[in-house]
Amino acid sequence: MKDGQSIIEVRGLSNRFGEQVIHEDLDLTVRRGEILGVVGGSGTGKSVLMRSIIGLQTPAEGEVHVLGENMVGKTEDEAKNIRRRWGILFQNGALFSTLTVAENVEVPIREYFPYIRPPLLDEIASYKIAMGGLPADAGPKYPSELSGGMVKRAGLARALALDPELLFLDEPTAGLDPISAAAFDELILSLQQRLDLTVFLITHDLDTLYAICDRVAVLADRKVIAVGTIPELLALDHPWIQEYFNGPRGRAAADTSKEHAQA
Amino acid sequence: MVAASAAPAEGGNPPFRIRGALTITRAASIQREIDAEADPLLIDLSGVERMDTVGAWLVYRAMRDRGAKLAGASPESQSLLDQVAEFDKPVQVRPEEPATFLRMIGEIGEWIAESGRTIVGLLGFFGATLVGMANVISHPKRFRLNAVVQRFDVVGVRALGIIGLMSFLIGIVIAQQGAVQLQQFGAEIYTINLIGRITVRELGTLMTAIMVAGRSGSAFAAQLGTMKITEEIDAMRTIGVSPIEALVIPRLIAAVVMMPLLAFWAMLMSLLGGGIFVWLSLGIPPLTYVQRLGEVIPATDLWVGLIKAPVFGFIIALAGCFQGMQVKGDSEEVGLRTTLAVVQSIFLVIVLDSVFAVFFGSVGWI
Repeated sequence: MKDGQSIIEVRGLSNRFGEQVIHEDLDLTVRRGEILGVVGGSGTGKSVLMRSIIGLQTPAEGEVHVLGENMVGKTEDEAKNIRRRWGILFQNGALFSTLTVAENVEVPIREYFPYIRPPLLDEIASYKIAMGGLPADAGPKYPSELSGGMVKRAGLARALALDPELLFLDEPTAGLDPISAAAFDELILSLQQRLDLTVFLITHDLDTLYAICDRVAVLADRKVIAVGTIPELLALDHPWIQEYFNGPRGRAAADTSKEHAQA
Repeated sequence: MVAASAAPAEGGNPPFRIRGALTITRAASIQREIDAEADPLLIDLSGVERMDTVGAWLVYRAMRDRGAKLAGASPESQSLLDQVAEFDKPVQVRPEEPATFLRMIGEIGEWIAESGRTIVGLLGFFGATLVGMANVISHPKRFRLNAVVQRFDVVGVRALGIIGLMSFLIGIVIAQQGAVQLQQFGAEIYTINLIGRITVRELGTLMTAIMVAGRSGSAFAAQLGTMKITEEIDAMRTIGVSPIEALVIPRLIAAVVMMPLLAFWAMLMSLLGGGIFVWLSLGIPPLTYVQRLGEVIPATDLWVGLIKAPVFGFIIALAGCFQGMQVKGDSEEVGLRTTLAVVQSIFLVIVLDSVFAVFFGSVGWI
């Protein structure tokens, strides 16, 4: 794969809800093969940005190119070709509650490849579930029977169903205990390396940022105010960035990541 | 194509060559082709341009199950194959299903057990509301007047329009049907008896109860069910507010108080609808109609109708709140419980209505 080439290009994006301006003239580039962390205070529109990129929110102005295609103003049929090339893990998993975990994983495959026979479908679902790090008995369970961590893993398994090139994760570690969160980070990192994924990751978790993100984009003042590696961001003189990374939690996360690096 | 890698396998079968994309798009056809090949199988991957995990799975499975040999795999293909092999863990995909006969027996058993649990649960809930009522009566400050008044508005005032319209139309229908039949005997004047007695004694209350069950019983179940899912009810408990006192009792009181008022309103509107019909269609003037109603409807009929109403209201609110409080798990259950609440309350209302009919008959209020 050609690293460094841009896979998502957002140019001059504006989003408004009535009087409320969420984004104004926002630019962002995601390069192929990287894990880009997106951070920002509550209400800075991280999720709205993701929704604009994946086409759930029509922006007021601006262009969004994903995998080389302009997403704004596309019809459902045209967007389908792009949709099968990405996977999305929503904040609360968004598993279909009437389907089992295995059936959830099979939904995208059935949708795009209806002629694949059920035995093969089950086998594919089975190893995607294993890939998501779920235990062997998780397949026939319903989402209501799963713990928070397992819901995220099942959501990840569904997102990986079609071997996506691009993975969107909306706060994947929110609501998980630190051990599960660390395990989830590791899972994402290993999958990203093995499957050659590009990951767009919204997070509040400083440990996640230090552990797996190649670059971090900071959302504030209705724009992406900075993109770069964490050392690059630390060199900037923006009060929110300084507060974010140099606050007590930021320092703790930095220390942990240093310890890991030494170990 | 790299010819060197295409040496025949031991058995002498030509190698199975895959060219181009070995991806999910072609999964079904490649699977068929692999299945059609004879053992021993040699798979030549040198012509593969692109492979994904599904393609790798197909190849891996042929290797695992049929001992197929591999040739010409690029490093990328090999790493994909290794990955797929790593995640080949026996994951259960389908729930275990017992034999049909056993399942049938099991379902019947479960249904009976569930019905038993519902009855016991409903009784338990009834007890809990009585205790809650007693608490409210002994500590009148805990009575939530605002909540009750708000429920009065939602359950009662806002239902006036639809219940009025429904009853008005029912009055017309009864009058019309009655008139057609009674005219055959030249007894159309008895249409007034029919309208008067049936609406006041039975239909006014019954139809109102069905409407309230559909409108408010379902709303109670959905509201409480949603609050259960969002843990609002748990939050209430931990703060020390009893959900029975705060949520259930206001709804019960509202239903109990509003039902007789709505039922009376329904009776009036039915009589109005019937009256307009007999006036226009049979030529009986309104004054005669009203006079005649006064003569044919015994006061006990009104009492029968109005005594039943609060009991029905209580049952509807109880079933609605009970089902709402039973919700656990996911949002799907809210819908399920709401349906159950309406079905159960209408069923119970009709059962009770027949009990009342027998009772009032035997005490001589005929």
